[in-house]
Amino acid sequence: MSIFDLGPHATFIWLSYIAVVIVITGLISWLIFDGQRQRAALKDLEDRGVRRRSSVSSDTGQNQ
Amino acid sequence: MQTLTQKLANPTRFMQLSGTMLPWIAGAAAVIIAYGLYLVFAVSPPDYQQGETVKIMYIHVPSAWLAMMAYGLVAVSSFGLLVFRHPLADVSAKAAVPIGAAFTFLALFTGSLWGKPMWGTYWVWDARLTSVLILFFLYLGLMALRSSMDDESTAAKLTAVLALVGVAILPIIKFSVDWWNTLHQPSTGFTSTVDPSLRVPLLIMALGFTLLFFAMHLKAMRNEILRRRVKAMRVADIAHRDGMSALSNPVAG
Repeated sequence: MSIFDLGPHATFIWLSYIAVVIVITGLISWLIFDGQRQRAALKDLEDRGVRRRSSVSSDTGQNQ
Repeated sequence: MQTLTQKLANPTRFMQLSGTMLPWIAGAAAVIIAYGLYLVFAVSPPDYQQGETVKIMYIHVPSAWLAMMAYGLVAVSSFGLLVFRHPLADVSAKAAVPIGAAFTFLALFTGSLWGKPMWGTYWVWDARLTSVLILFFLYLGLMALRSSMDDESTAAKLTAVLALVGVAILPIIKFSVDWWNTLHQPSTGFTSTVDPSLRVPLLIMALGFTLLFFAMHLKAMRNEILRRRVKAMRVADIAHRDGMSALSNPVAG
């Protein structure tokens, strides 16, 4: 049987799978885009010389 | 000896460990879902009553399972924040909410599309469907409550309290088909009455979706840790610049 031959209710089946593909692809894309945005913001701050408190204290030998 | 949760209490260590694990979990999820889809569309037979419409089950059941599991994770993480003040508990809870909401939406949407040809209606206000709709609104409420407050610490605590109050919805969803007379079928369980030709693809899809959820949750947690680092560095930068301007202009400072 062809996967395209899904009987009289094929529209309901395809709509369900398309919805899952759209939502999961959207979630994954948002997660990747958000991660890239945060990394870019972090790099921008580091390039401007702003440093995290933990890296400053480890450089100066202080304990957290 | 440190427990795993104690080891993961350090966000830097968590970033290292999750960075190693994430590609493997995501890869395993992709392979298992691809194999599951092959079984669903090329191997598993139509149901003797529902015909091919049973194929909706292979995405509806895993989505519904993850809708509940994600809320369980939010509740456990919220408990971890309020009781143990685990540094990553709020990160975990915040990261799981939008993913759980997405799977709850999918469970409702695919269930509705399954219901129309099988029940003759997209929606009925029966106990199972209504309680899952309440779960979806709970997820939206958690996101709205958190975003309504500027103070992250207060937002985290109040969201955790709401999440723990809302956990009562989980047994209601689970047992709604037993406690009330519902149009939704009673739970069949993964191991009992479903024929292996339908059960095996279902279990494989459920495993693939679960791994996909954990991959997305890990990624969302990593993003949240980075966001908090960025925020902390911006605050430090502003404080540093204010301090410098106060030194150069002591009267104004």
